[in-house]
Amino acid sequence: MTTTTQAPPGSDHPGGAPPRHARRPASPSRRREARFAYLLLLPAILATVVLVLLPLLWNVTISLQSLRLIELRNFTPFGFLQAELGFDNFRLVTGQREFWSTVGRTVVYALAGTVLSLLLGVWAALAMRRPFRGRGAVKALLLVPYVLPVVAAAFVWRTMLSPQYGIVNAWGQDWFGWSRVDFFGQQTIDLPLVGSVPLAFSTVIAFEAWRYFPFAFIFVYARLQAIPRHLYEAATIDGATISQQFRYVTFPALRGVLAVLFLLRFIWNFNDFTNIYLLTGGGAGTRVISIEIYEWLIGRSNPGAAAALSLILAAVMLVVLTVYVRWQARRDQA
Amino acid sequence: MSRHAFEERFFRIARWASIAFFVAITAFPLLVMLGLSFRPVSSLLNEPGRLLPRPSEIDLDGYTRILSSRDDGGFGFAGFIGNSAYIAGVTVVLSLSFGILAAYAATRLRYRGASFINAAIVLVYLFPPLVFAVPLFVMFTRLGMRPSFTAVIIIYFAYTLPLALYMLRNYFSSVPVDIEEAARIDGASRIGVIRHVVVPLSAPAIATVGIYVFMSAWDEFLFALLFLVEDRDSWTVALGINQLEANVGTPTTVLMAGCVVITIPVVVAFSLAQRFLTEGLTSGSVKD
Repeated sequence: MTTTTQAPPGSDHPGGAPPRHARRPASPSRRREARFAYLLLLPAILATVVLVLLPLLWNVTISLQSLRLIELRNFTPFGFLQAELGFDNFRLVTGQREFWSTVGRTVVYALAGTVLSLLLGVWAALAMRRPFRGRGAVKALLLVPYVLPVVAAAFVWRTMLSPQYGIVNAWGQDWFGWSRVDFFGQQTIDLPLVGSVPLAFSTVIAFEAWRYFPFAFIFVYARLQAIPRHLYEAATIDGATISQQFRYVTFPALRGVLAVLFLLRFIWNFNDFTNIYLLTGGGAGTRVISIEIYEWLIGRSNPGAAAALSLILAAVMLVVLTVYVRWQARRDQA
Repeated sequence: MSRHAFEERFFRIARWASIAFFVAITAFPLLVMLGLSFRPVSSLLNEPGRLLPRPSEIDLDGYTRILSSRDDGGFGFAGFIGNSAYIAGVTVVLSLSFGILAAYAATRLRYRGASFINAAIVLVYLFPPLVFAVPLFVMFTRLGMRPSFTAVIIIYFAYTLPLALYMLRNYFSSVPVDIEEAARIDGASRIGVIRHVVVPLSAPAIATVGIYVFMSAWDEFLFALLFLVEDRDSWTVALGINQLEANVGTPTTVLMAGCVVITIPVVVAFSLAQRFLTEGLTSGSVKD
């Protein structure tokens, strides 16, 4: 964090009022400064409380009520005080036949997409590391998947891979003689040697890796530029080959940034709704929890169940993240 | 051949092969998009394997049809662009104004709970939007604010503010405070310092953050879908492409023209801001 001003540790006053029990009396100018700071922060704090904190609490109360979309007219944030509360919604959503496979699929989707996009990002950054003519232009081009509006990216992929008029299928048919493949509509495909592979799900993961590798690329690229050159000179003198330099100089320097990137991307991919919704609508074996939440909320008009499932989503994510952070911490100690 | 010589040669080839691979996977979809947007749909169905249009068949029909209003037999995309520009524009103004104030407080003023407040606001950026989507949907439905731009703008503001605050804070903390102190001694008020010293000095960073916020709002899909889908006149560009494809049955090449149209502002904005943007995003993370 880059805050230059640090408050003394102790009780925090996120509300905005100046502290009543200051340990030692602050000077009037100090107090005026603090009051001005809270005033400047007030809109940001208000937005956070009203649009983030309160909804989080409402989500809990909604998940405990039986609530249908048509009954919303009578809904009040504090209606749960009179309502009959219970875990029916949680029983309902976890009792679905597909529930556990949906949870598993969500974890796999997030993990695979994250790892692949990081690998691609590191690979691209290493390839682009040393200057060459036109590097600036190539670098800008590599950021395109991330910058492209998601609807445009998804629509282009669906068109390219379409079984009727997709260019990929047309080329595959002409050059390799394969029969047309419905990448986003076919649940599994039998490949020689490997056997049955989940097709639509793999394609969605490929899209995710493609779309987010530039994000890893920018960060890794920036980090690479900051590695001191003399480390490589020393390594060269010691007789290290290129792969050894990567193993002993570059990779250790990247570990910190990769850990942060993994965390960020995992959280975002785990909660991803838009990519899958736009590509398959959750069909052909690509249904993840976020799609299921949308289904409960809009398709089945059941906000209570949707709220319960969104809490389960957050809980599963927290479990995976805790495991990851523990594992990182243990590895750093070793 | 020694291991050294082998690796030298291997990685020299691998490097160029890799660069070619990455250029291919990023440029190919762009070419498909551009190529199709200039072709009539019949040409796509006859020759799906053709990447670029024949010179003779290039037409701008897709662009005129997607953009012209429904009364003129088009798909009314110009209206969606207006909606998106309005929503994204207001979001930028809100997010920047309050982001600047908060970032100034965070880097220049002393108050209790500073680190807690700052961390809490930035953490919001990591929260899964779906956890808020349900209660916000319930609340705004209850308030009768669906479909409504206001609801969407408020939500976009809340979710772009943390990033704006984070990036501006990084920048402000790198700007020397001497000039501000000099202005204070000359009798400027604190608000005056922000308006006449901090904002002009940080103009590039502020513009960059503004572009980033604009791009996020322009591109957003989930909340647009939840809050605006019922009223065709309220659709944003993202929603427009999706709905025109899914429910209206629009020819693929016409929709491709729409994709090109919504991509252009983003690409222009991004190339203007690219250097600042990548530095602003990564500056906090590359310290040793």
